[in-house]
Amino acid sequence: MAEPTAAPTARERVPFMQRLLDNPFLLLFLGVTSPAVLYLLWGVMELSQIPIAR
Amino acid sequence: MATSAAQAGMIGALAARFRSCPVTGLQIDLAAERLIKANAIAAVVFLAIGGVFGLLVALTRWPAVHLLSSDMFYLVLTAHGLDVLLLWIIFFEIAVLYFASAILLNSRLAAPRLGWVAFALMLIGGLLTNVAVLQGDSSVMFTSYVPMQASPNFYLGLILFAVGALIGCCIFLGTLVIAKDEQTYEGSIPLVTFGALTACIIAFFTLASGAVILIPTWLWSLGYISHIDTVMYKLVWWGMGHSSQQINVSAHVAIWYLIAAVTVGAKPLSEKVSRGAFLMYILFLQLASAHHMLVEPGLSSEWKVFNTSYAMYLAVLGSMIHGMTVPGAIEAAQRKNGYVNGAFEWLRKAPWNNPAFAGMFLSLVLFGFLGGISGVVLGTEQINIMMHNTLYVPGHFHATVVTGTTLAFMAVTYLVLPLIFQREVAFPKLARIQPYLFAIGAGGISLFMMGAGTLGVSRRHWDITFSDATLAFDYPAAAFLMLGLNGLFAILATVGGALYVIIAVWTILFGRRVTAENALAALGPMPPRLQVHTAVAEYGSAGTWHLPGTYILISVFFVSFVLYYFVNWKYLSELWPMG
Ligand code: HEM
Ligand SMILES: [Cu+2]
Repeated sequence: MAEPTAAPTARERVPFMQRLLDNPFLLLFLGVTSPAVLYLLWGVMELSQIPIAR
Repeated sequence: MATSAAQAGMIGALAARFRSCPVTGLQIDLAAERLIKANAIAAVVFLAIGGVFGLLVALTRWPAVHLLSSDMFYLVLTAHGLDVLLLWIIFFEIAVLYFASAILLNSRLAAPRLGWVAFALMLIGGLLTNVAVLQGDSSVMFTSYVPMQASPNFYLGLILFAVGALIGCCIFLGTLVIAKDEQTYEGSIPLVTFGALTACIIAFFTLASGAVILIPTWLWSLGYISHIDTVMYKLVWWGMGHSSQQINVSAHVAIWYLIAAVTVGAKPLSEKVSRGAFLMYILFLQLASAHHMLVEPGLSSEWKVFNTSYAMYLAVLGSMIHGMTVPGAIEAAQRKNGYVNGAFEWLRKAPWNNPAFAGMFLSLVLFGFLGGISGVVLGTEQINIMMHNTLYVPGHFHATVVTGTTLAFMAVTYLVLPLIFQREVAFPKLARIQPYLFAIGAGGISLFMMGAGTLGVSRRHWDITFSDATLAFDYPAAAFLMLGLNGLFAILATVGGALYVIIAVWTILFGRRVTAENALAALGPMPPRLQVHTAVAEYGSAGTWHLPGTYILISVFFVSFVLYYFVNWKYLSELWPMG
């Protein structure tokens, strides 16, 4: 109700957050990279540094 | 001349592909509708099978009954996890993705033929894995930790299933692109579709992790790879195993918004805030996978604490926002519907006899209070150690994935039956009590498993009396009581679940057809002065923050949360007395 839904005029810049939230493929990229780096890659790096027992 | 004839032909062909929804006026793509039906039916069938397995497991863990032999127990436990957690939930989610894209965006579905390929892959994969488990040489639980080895078809089935689900996710994204190109909606996609997009994004990471780990494991079971590192397996496997739970959370939150919109006309309090909360999920929710590795050596505390604390709290913040804005949106809408007296008239006079509404609200409350609070406790590195691998863990996730996700999916079924299957819900009186029965049963098993876990009872354990063990061990009598109560509530949950399956199947086969006249009534009781019928497919906020009832509910939640959290730290301090 409060928010305008009409297309913005040429001079009006669409706010950054709205452009982010309206871009499914950018969101997909962020949503895959974040866990791939912080959980998987970082985790694999730590595990691969464990010395092999002999 | 030739072109206009071709155009006329095309228009004719298009008209044949769509029907108009008598409630919302949306154009419904018949190909999407057929796929939604097929996926939803497959989901319900696997819920029925998996639910029976769940009952058998619970009856075995009830020491006085101790139903199955140890071999059968682990076989049935594997089948239970597989059929309910993977097959029921993900088939239903694919149906939700098609619904939230093609139907809500008023668009045609991208590549419906491919949708059938996806469905076939998922079905064949699901059956293959089930057969492998039932043959008895794959009782490795659904986590299939190496070096335990299942038969190759167990892994192959899972891989086929995952590929099918991934195709479904691509079709969802493709439909978003088509709808935007063909301008079937204005402005931004509706919030429910955004929630589904969140689920779809998390699914990509989930399925990719699954492929990375299951394909080598399959080759290992065939003998082409000699060794798979156990910790590495666990790390990558939980990238799939935990993230898939976050698909569920995103999907069921989207469904809460959907049901609230349809049954009481609720609009989100603020589109920005709710979308921001979903963004938190996209960025951070999957990192919480690390809570499964909290007692694993070889991973640093930095990695553990970053992923399960800092990052996870941002995602929990997202859940808390939804936990507040969903009841808030309902309150705002109900006040518009005329229930303005006191703090709680809006809640008292909500359509509690509409199974869709009742199921949604119970799902919201139980997910928050039981699942959410216990989840934060388990996700905290220090206090996790008290409950790690006890029955507290299944207690926690039955609160999230059963009273949360499963109950929300059941609730939305009561809208899907009239809207998509175009049938009036059969046995309306039974349907009215079904969500309550299931909620009490499933809430009970969650609580009593948590209770037994707090007393130290292990999960995945056939015999807590240790009858033929060389070293005797006695659990406190209260633990036996907890498992007995768990068995009783399991029976109740099974009755509630069976009612759901019977009502759904009967409705699909024999339900009265929905027509333009009775379409609205078929959605179940609603507030008599309901204002908005199309809130679900539109962008737009409620435009009010006058929500006294919601603020009171939130305060109750926070007080319970804080108290319980600190009680657990106190337990921890007593576990290792100092000095
Ligand atoms: C009739 C309803 C249900 C009953 C009575 C039930 C009961 C149980 C019990 C007693 C366990 C075993 C805990 C243990 O020994 O470690 C279990 C495990 C499990 N349940 Fe359920 N459950 C039900 C429904 C569901 C549903 C709907 C889901 C998912 C959507 C689910 C997901 C799981 C999973 C993932 C496990 C863990 C399996 C494992 O440890 O490998 N359950 N359930
Ligand atoms: Cu988890």
